[in-house]
Amino acid sequence: MKRLPMRVYFDYNATTPLLPEVVEAVAGALREEFGNPSSVHAFGQRAKAALDAARSSVAALLNADPSEIVFTSGGTESDNFAIRGAAEALEAAGRRHLIASAIEHEAVLNTCKALARRGWRTSLLPVDRTGIVDPDRLRAVIDRETAVVSVMHANNEIGTIQPIAELAVIAHEHGALMHTDAVQSVGKIPVDVRALGVDLLSLSAHKFNGPKGAGAVWIRRGTRMLPFMTGGKQERNRRAGTENVPAIVGLGVAARAAAAKLEAEAQRLAALRDRFERAVLERVPDAFVNGAPSPRVPNTSNISFDRVEAESLLIALDLEGVAVSTGSACSSGTLEPSHVLRAMGLPPHRAQSSLRFSFGVYSTEEDVDYVAALLPGLVDKLRRLTRKAAV
Amino acid sequence: MRIAVAMSGGVDSSVAAALLAAQGHEVIGLSMRLYDASDGDRTFGRCCTLDDLNDARRVAAALRIPHYVLNLERQFDEAVVSNFVREYASGRTPLPCARCNTELKFQTLLDRARAFGADAVATGHYARVVRDPSTGRYRLQRGADRAKDQSYFLFGLTQAQLAQALFPLGDRDKQDVRRYARRAGLPVADKPDSQEICFVPDDDYAAFVARRAPEAAQGGAIVDAKGRVLGRHAGIHRFTIGQRKGLGLGSASSESPLYVLALRPAERQVVVGPRAGLERTTVTASGANWIDGEPDRPLRITAQIRSRHPAAPGTARSLGGGRIEVRFDAPQLAVTPGQALVLYDQDFVVGGGWIESA
Repeated sequence: MKRLPMRVYFDYNATTPLLPEVVEAVAGALREEFGNPSSVHAFGQRAKAALDAARSSVAALLNADPSEIVFTSGGTESDNFAIRGAAEALEAAGRRHLIASAIEHEAVLNTCKALARRGWRTSLLPVDRTGIVDPDRLRAVIDRETAVVSVMHANNEIGTIQPIAELAVIAHEHGALMHTDAVQSVGKIPVDVRALGVDLLSLSAHKFNGPKGAGAVWIRRGTRMLPFMTGGKQERNRRAGTENVPAIVGLGVAARAAAAKLEAEAQRLAALRDRFERAVLERVPDAFVNGAPSPRVPNTSNISFDRVEAESLLIALDLEGVAVSTGSACSSGTLEPSHVLRAMGLPPHRAQSSLRFSFGVYSTEEDVDYVAALLPGLVDKLRRLTRKAAV
Repeated sequence: MRIAVAMSGGVDSSVAAALLAAQGHEVIGLSMRLYDASDGDRTFGRCCTLDDLNDARRVAAALRIPHYVLNLERQFDEAVVSNFVREYASGRTPLPCARCNTELKFQTLLDRARAFGADAVATGHYARVVRDPSTGRYRLQRGADRAKDQSYFLFGLTQAQLAQALFPLGDRDKQDVRRYARRAGLPVADKPDSQEICFVPDDDYAAFVARRAPEAAQGGAIVDAKGRVLGRHAGIHRFTIGQRKGLGLGSASSESPLYVLALRPAERQVVVGPRAGLERTTVTASGANWIDGEPDRPLRITAQIRSRHPAAPGTARSLGGGRIEVRFDAPQLAVTPGQALVLYDQDFVVGGGWIESA
């Protein structure tokens, strides 16, 4: 078999490689911290202490109090718990209305749909051509029955950053809770729960060099939640089930590592992304960056290549050793053009010709230059074949 | 060579991939996702279900080759499923596997594979492609395993398609393929062979057609050759030429068994009669594909009018405009519009077309 020239991983929004110190910490916890954190004895106490350390690290990353952090199995569970737990607690007060943006992750959209099937009213907020929610659209649909407003902090496909603080003010004016799915922003840009003004925030370890299977919901102190998992009294009675100690330890280490270099890494990645986008737009005709010029997380670049089927370009790149994705990993394989790009008003042909390049800790200028040099030839070849097939 | 293998998750295409990889080619596994199976939809059959796609993925992983699932739902629906429904609704009996080969595997899939830098597409068909050095043309030959031979379903391949087609199982027999799969430790070595029409659930094609084309599924009369009404039927899509069972005529026809002789979609009539009424000596077909080139004079050939038909001798000629006429030396039974008429010169497919009338 032909040797691949190099392997470039540009799919950090799908998942990230673990930092060596995270691997060490998880492995150490697997070996040493087998105790059940709920146990009274010394083994339990050690495991509990490991959880507490991780809780403090995550809280520090968010400018939160450790007591407000509830560990979960990841982003999807966090979104489910945040929305269902808060919505069901508010149901008794006559609030049976949910609002989410049209570009949320499936974890939020399908949770809203599930509640809608049980009689909840739901409203989706549209976004503009650059993928941003207009706060006036929230004002137009929110009312005294609204229980939860859920708008993601940064979008997973295009990276746009939503005006969460402004939306939270509106939610609170109407007595609703504000949730933000910050899975794609935590660890990439500063996330301060006080500055955002939200009540609930979801995060996931494996999006910032931590292990899969660990995440957290930040719940503002005093927020009433019905438990989503029922069982034992773990996590202050908010999330039943024995904690996944090794993965949570990994989450804590990843959070500390992210906090330590947040600004510098964000600047480095923004420079990489700009270098990449400049080179691609310069060398590939009829390519368009989606989401620009709105504020975006620094690591995400979503580009449409007109007259190219994204799936084919993805495979052609993979065969050259370059890993990227079309839209989100969760929706790969479906024929539907991305709901995010459609909500932005992109015509279907352009939505189906878009690829997401997402950068991270091990991405280098060399990688970016390699892919930017590879793309013109691959795109040109695909366009020529498409034209031929259409004749 | 970089070769794309169309992997269905079955044993044949898995062994095809394994053989090419063992020969040192750079093999890419491609599976076609032909409908959305993710929501457990049961309105489609078992072709390329998630289980099959998972099997293909497991085989690719065992062979350490890259594997991709291409979403060809739209193309499959347009080229194969819609045609299948339309044909039944118009009183014909379609042959979806042949359409799938020419329009999907060696068209859409081949185009994609070329875009990924592949030089050829391989499948697990039992057939052979041979280049004739004197003419430079590609010839399509029956598979060495005559019981498994699938050349009938490949008659529509053009020279350009044959030039990029590889059939690694063409020289092998099925037992040999299973043995190879077991020895190579492929996880699908003992998987049963797939059924004939893969996308129809529970083999109930009539219900499938009725769901997709309710207007075609209306009842009508069963008549004899003189137009006398013998009974009622629940839609002409439930019948094929030569069918004897399921007419529901009971004892009224006890003297001699009755067969479906013709289907009249406009009148919604099923015409029945005795077996002798099924005999035809002349068959015409349209949409001809002449693999060995369009002949300018009558050819002595053998021809098959369905996949399990033993090829019968006759004389074929091109009528022009993509039409073919075959005069068999002896009458053939149950010539069925919609099936393929495939012409052979010994083991080689000369060409073929879609049966129009007899």
